[in-house]
Amino acid sequence: MVHSNVAMIIGSNVVENHPVAAKWLTRTKEKGAIIISVDPRYTRTSSFADIYCKMRSGTDIAFVNGMINYALQNNYIHRDYVVAYTNASFIISDKYSFQDGLFSGYDPSTRKYDRASWAYELDAQGNPQKDPTLQHPRCVFQIMKKHFARYDSETVCKITGSPRDIYEQVCRVYTSTWAPDRVGVWLYAMGTTQHTHGTQNIRAYSILQLLLGNVGMAGGGINALRGESNVQGSTDMGLLFHLLPGYLASPTKADANLAAYIKNYTPKASDPKSANWWGNYSKYITSLLKAWYGEQATRENDFAFHYLPKRSADYSWISLFETMYAGQIKGLICFGQNPAVGGPNANKERLALHRLEWMVSVDLWETETASFWKRPGVNPADIATEVFLLPACSSVEKEGSISNSGRWVQWRHKAVEPIGEAKSDLWILDALCKSVKQEYASDGVFPAPILHLAWNYGNGESVDAHREPDVQLVAREVNGNFTRDTSVQGKAFQKNDQVPSFALLQDDGSSSSGCWIYCASYPGLEAKDNQMARRNKQDAANNIGLYPSWAWCWPMNRRILYNRASVDANGNPWDARRWVVRWNTEAKRWEGDVPDGGWPPQEKLPFIMKPEGYAGLWATSLVDGPLPEHYEPLESPVSNLMSSQQVSPAIKLWHTSNKEMNLVGDFARFPIVGTTYRVSEHWQAGAMTRNLPWLSELVPDVFVEIGVDLAQQKGIENGNRVIVETARGKMEGYALVTRRFEPFQLHDKVVHEIGIIWHFGYNGLVQGDSANVLTPHIGDANTMIPEFKAFLCNVFKKEGGA
Amino acid sequence: MTISRRNFLGITSASALGTAISLFASSKAEAAEIPAIKTLHSKESTTICPYCAVGCGLIVSARDGKVVNIEGDPDHPISEGSLCSKGMSLYQVVVNERRLTKLLYRAPHSDKWEEKSWQWALPEIAKRIKKTRDATFLAKEGDSVVNRTEGIACLGGAALDNEECYLYSKLARGLGITYLEHQARI
Repeated sequence: MVHSNVAMIIGSNVVENHPVAAKWLTRTKEKGAIIISVDPRYTRTSSFADIYCKMRSGTDIAFVNGMINYALQNNYIHRDYVVAYTNASFIISDKYSFQDGLFSGYDPSTRKYDRASWAYELDAQGNPQKDPTLQHPRCVFQIMKKHFARYDSETVCKITGSPRDIYEQVCRVYTSTWAPDRVGVWLYAMGTTQHTHGTQNIRAYSILQLLLGNVGMAGGGINALRGESNVQGSTDMGLLFHLLPGYLASPTKADANLAAYIKNYTPKASDPKSANWWGNYSKYITSLLKAWYGEQATRENDFAFHYLPKRSADYSWISLFETMYAGQIKGLICFGQNPAVGGPNANKERLALHRLEWMVSVDLWETETASFWKRPGVNPADIATEVFLLPACSSVEKEGSISNSGRWVQWRHKAVEPIGEAKSDLWILDALCKSVKQEYASDGVFPAPILHLAWNYGNGESVDAHREPDVQLVAREVNGNFTRDTSVQGKAFQKNDQVPSFALLQDDGSSSSGCWIYCASYPGLEAKDNQMARRNKQDAANNIGLYPSWAWCWPMNRRILYNRASVDANGNPWDARRWVVRWNTEAKRWEGDVPDGGWPPQEKLPFIMKPEGYAGLWATSLVDGPLPEHYEPLESPVSNLMSSQQVSPAIKLWHTSNKEMNLVGDFARFPIVGTTYRVSEHWQAGAMTRNLPWLSELVPDVFVEIGVDLAQQKGIENGNRVIVETARGKMEGYALVTRRFEPFQLHDKVVHEIGIIWHFGYNGLVQGDSANVLTPHIGDANTMIPEFKAFLCNVFKKEGGA
Repeated sequence: MTISRRNFLGITSASALGTAISLFASSKAEAAEIPAIKTLHSKESTTICPYCAVGCGLIVSARDGKVVNIEGDPDHPISEGSLCSKGMSLYQVVVNERRLTKLLYRAPHSDKWEEKSWQWALPEIAKRIKKTRDATFLAKEGDSVVNRTEGIACLGGAALDNEECYLYSKLARGLGITYLEHQARI
């Protein structure tokens, strides 16, 4: 960020929620950079920014599509970059069309798209046909020009409620970074993702960043500011239903065996200039199976592929709680998470917990989830669930690594022993596994996947309260080793040698790796080989603050992804002042950051994870369209100005399939837009802050932020107790009347928006109502992330309240 | 020798009171008015903040097995010693009477927690897992081998270390669990 000329902050309140990251924005601002804040509310970030533009919740796509249109109409694009590194020149099938908010291939009965008509036209070799002049009427660039032309600033502002002069200023300032020596950084957070079109929000950001040539550059990129210290690492390790470690797909029932699985997920590339890195899929899945099943994973038994569970449905968060509510999930294991406060439609999710036979909650605190059976308004005698609440230790009472938003994997050291009988999550997981193995030792249904699970972390075969598993052994397994003496790419390795790079992983069972992207994090057998624990602050040759010897960064210690897009065809940086990598023609090697592959310039294309090698302005893989299109949130105060499709046509509608407790509110009864947000002094569902005296004292109560105009209309004064209501629930808090929320002038009406902090619940040192009793069960079309950030509500002064 | 803040910390933790105070004070009279710094004689270790994912560095000072102070790590290239209100409060996560120190169990229909031992709880939990898994295990769906249970769900992980997340992922898949979700989804 310190290298940016312009910073765009949308869907994030970085100054409030990531204050130390904002320090680097301050540095770049001091050097003359312009900071733009776009938010429904005038936040702490807005007060720090040079330009603040308000925008109604849930209208990011209209807002950014208009910026894309502005760049295209005025030719403010980094044309060489766009032609060389993106799919702008690709020709699209003549079957493609777009009409009234629908892309071609839509089936209203299934609410799904057949994506065949979105495909590239291929030449005889199977490569996409291209027009580098970008003139062909069916090339991506021309289709985009037509698609985005509908988003002129007048139309955009009627949707978003932004002041037109400020909106146009945002367009002008941000697109100035099209120049090769000007760089814009894009920051977002949950204000972006928590929408029914969250993925397409990010697509819109990506398209603009690519058109401006801001991806791969120092001071550029699209940066997700993650809210949890290791939500990057937990995702890397595959703690989501659809992912195995290292972003490998979790298999489905269509993957009959390992060969079928590999065939189904390995992309093919016919262009010799495409590195097509996912072409290595077979090596990564086989190495994972070797890490999990060791000697029990052999070529003869398909490397134990049949031990992996195969999915045949959507098992994401909302589905999980809908299924639990329906009584089909009997047991819940919950490590350090508090869905009774943090889950959407919290009244329903709390009731879903009643249907469990048993729950295991592992936490530092007695959370609202662990004690759901004694929450206000329920009778414990009515609830049959058994609850085991296991005391976990804090992060300074154990040792291990976490991965930050920039993929730096940093080691944490143990300072003291766990308090009381608390244990590390590592010990608990190890003990649980051993205890289950013990239960299955004599009998059980298909015990092999459990009994054969390779599980030896240096503390014996039985549970021992006084012996921790050796975390170094786990970290080394994540990296991976060779399982026999072998020779790879001319280098000889012995059995049990650590694998020094994922480029050396094999699909013949000779290597193991628990998470291929972490291969190289621990390339030797001794503690000194732990790259994640490094603390050397020497910078790289480019001196841009990469700190390559501080901790470790996946993949391969590469600090800036897609850095080969930061140079021209000859390997010369677009921006020589802030170069990331450059080709040394004499030494015939790259300098600076670890490049995205060491091939000379021109030998391979820079977007190595894409099968074609080009960045995707046009997406064929998303379920809801190849280009971002504006749709309203599930609950919206206005009709969609862009088309007759009110909401994203590809989202799953829960209120039609699972009617109970999935009510949707209408404008007549709920005329106010509601959103949720966080404050610096609290964190997420609150267990880690509402149990701390200092932080509880700083923010002891739930508040509902209301604009001055709306408060006057409703007879609400600052400090009054107010009730906020949606179709799903109601909650109470203190009114915080401010000028930070202003009304939005939309195309046919004026709309107000309010905001509620969502950290509170019925446990802890300070307590209050949870904002998530208001939010709906509805998810993004691609990711199923719930739409927490835009719903319809009403607010009233509490009768008899102060 | 130049005294940077960082090696100043090193000196004060490693050396005697007199040396530390002499850095500030020129006479014993003045020294008497300066309270002993709380990290004196403590052992330092580094950690990374458990709240958001900026990845700020902290120094933990412990004495006699107890944490006595936690503060920003000035050597850390991201945070350079800075912390937000939450990071500054990490000490109260460690030293906090509200922390769970015992394993608790709530029986069906009961209105209270009971204290239990790990020795009792682990096999009991394992029995529940086995009973539910075996009752809900689906080996085949039509002609397809699926080998899964939809009767158990797993949540959480973003607050865990990578090594813990890895073992959680491995164990859950080993049990055949497909309802596996965490903070990244919401």
